[in-house]
Amino acid sequence: MLEVHGLHKSFLLPDRTRMPVLEISELVVPAGEQAVLIGESGCGKTTLLHCIAGITAADAGSIKIDGIEITRLSESGRDRVRASKIGYVFQTFNLLAGFTALENVRLGMTFASGAKDRQRAVAMLERVGLGDRLHHKPSALSVGQQQRVAVARALVNRPKLLLADEPTANVDPANQQKIIDLIRECCDENRIALLMVTHSMHVAEQFERVIRLEEINHAVRDVLLESAE
Amino acid sequence: MNLITIAFRNMQQRGLASALTMISMALGVALVVVVLSISWIIKESFDRNSNVGYHLIVGAKGGALQLALNTVFYLSQPIEVIPYEEYLEFLPGDDGRPNEIKRVGGWIAEPERKGIFSSYTRGGFAIPVCLGDYVGRFRVVATKPEFFEKLRYGKAADQEYRFESGRNFQVYSPEHGYFEAVVGSRVAREMGISVGDTVKTTHGDPEGEGHGQPFTVVGVLAPTGTPNDRAVFINLEGFYLIDGHARAFEDEAHPDAEKVYVEPELPPGQPPPLPLEKRDLTAVLVKAGQPMFAVHMARPINKRLRTQAVSPVKEVTNMLEMFVDPVRNALLAVTIVVCLVSAVSILVSIYNSMNERRRDIAVMRALGARRDVVLMIVLLESMLIAFSGGALGWVAGHGLAALASPLVEQRTGIQIGFLSSITWVELTLVPGIVILATIAGIVPALAAYRTDVSRHLT
Repeated sequence: MLEVHGLHKSFLLPDRTRMPVLEISELVVPAGEQAVLIGESGCGKTTLLHCIAGITAADAGSIKIDGIEITRLSESGRDRVRASKIGYVFQTFNLLAGFTALENVRLGMTFASGAKDRQRAVAMLERVGLGDRLHHKPSALSVGQQQRVAVARALVNRPKLLLADEPTANVDPANQQKIIDLIRECCDENRIALLMVTHSMHVAEQFERVIRLEEINHAVRDVLLESAE
Repeated sequence: MNLITIAFRNMQQRGLASALTMISMALGVALVVVVLSISWIIKESFDRNSNVGYHLIVGAKGGALQLALNTVFYLSQPIEVIPYEEYLEFLPGDDGRPNEIKRVGGWIAEPERKGIFSSYTRGGFAIPVCLGDYVGRFRVVATKPEFFEKLRYGKAADQEYRFESGRNFQVYSPEHGYFEAVVGSRVAREMGISVGDTVKTTHGDPEGEGHGQPFTVVGVLAPTGTPNDRAVFINLEGFYLIDGHARAFEDEAHPDAEKVYVEPELPPGQPPPLPLEKRDLTAVLVKAGQPMFAVHMARPINKRLRTQAVSPVKEVTNMLEMFVDPVRNALLAVTIVVCLVSAVSILVSIYNSMNERRRDIAVMRALGARRDVVLMIVLLESMLIAFSGGALGWVAGHGLAALASPLVEQRTGIQIGFLSSITWVELTLVPGIVILATIAGIVPALAAYRTDVSRHLT
């Protein structure tokens, strides 16, 4: 499902030099597999997700989503792949304040071609337990409910890959496990590959596959080794 | 959910800013609509009166426009006068001039011959008018009963004058003698004059010296939407008999020494009118037998010592082009600037909100929205504000015009319904505003287009 090979990404610094952020020789997440990605702050977790999602263009390397090589696509081509094959759950939910729960979910469908099925959006919200909150705006929902809407929005287009960037970081402890369970159940139901970033070892311990970014990201590993020496 | 809904939600989210921008746009558009409506009313008013029902105004040499303003619109001061003999030259038919001479009597040259221009006016008419007096602030038009019998008004000059009450004045009536009057509808309304009342004229201007001779009002005109609504019409014969209206000096162009005396042929008991040699006129309204005759007639009239012929249609059109059109264009320019300012306010409003909406744009982009899609959403929002403001302003402008309709109708005789004053310029107004707003929206839309997604996503 997700295949990353020889990925290089660097950022241009103010002194015109380039700082390598990602140097990943291989990362594969097959369809239906659920993996967590852990690592120190600033080790490139979010940048990796952005590269995979096509939000940020990689400098070099290959990223395949459902067999599509996205590094060779134009920006609009990457946008289309993101809209149709990738779901994205953010740490701060990123719901649009002026839109209702249902509209937020339908917004995700608007940008995927031909996806205008209102019933599917309603069903998705019912699936995450918000059937009675369709027309509530985010400000009228609890934090846990907001993240449920975000999950519904990420999954409504039936993506092949779900990227979740610390989805429970801003959720109260009582709701954290519920959100994790919900994401995992939904991915299971649809054989969606899941790559979830977390800082919580409690969350990480629940997954069979735990990827430590420092171990696969040479850009960070070399820096760490240098500082250890 | 389509892009218009998304743009509408964005607009709703910044409700107050959007509403204020919309209102400023609505005010601009309403202003344009009001200016266009006023200019339509003015043009309609001139159009109605440009076809005055006659071809030429013959008056004393001087300013052509002043003569037309004076005679058609009862504006400005009368210019010089012409002798009554000039009017006699236009009387249609071989016996027109001799008959009028016999009716009035007095000293006149060649009383038996026909009028010089009588062949041109055969099938038409010539109506004399004297101006210069007032009743209150309204102009007095001293003329003959033919004024209402032969003249027509309206765009096609096909509507007859009707009397709301009473009748036309007569040259001589047993009960009122030469002193009968008819008042326009507005004069009657504003001065509370009705049939049977008497009016006294003042000389020269509204505050001028009053004449002692009263005129009995025998008729009130129905509204016509012409300047005649605000005029008082008195019998020419009565006008001549008022103190100070008889010619005091000999007319050098028509020396008395060359004249012969003609005894007036009057019915028994009728007092003699002012004799011919003492009569002057402000103008003669001439309708030629054929329109082309008017063109041929104008040249010899202008070659005469005292007279000029003026085409009222030409003068009114000239006046529209000289005064009304530039004023309208200046007002339109001001209102267009107002609309431009409103369009810029859309730009400012959306652009200022770009910082707070960058996160939303980044989220939409993360959900798969292409750059051109977010650009289109911002442009649509700009267009929605402009369209809503434009439509609101258009309705408000016409609503105001419709509200003012009774007042306008009372003053000008022109009815403005909600939509009657629409011109083709106005039909381009709302689309124009939307195009303007789209252009203004390009700046914030480009800012949306360039939004760095990864920087604004958390």
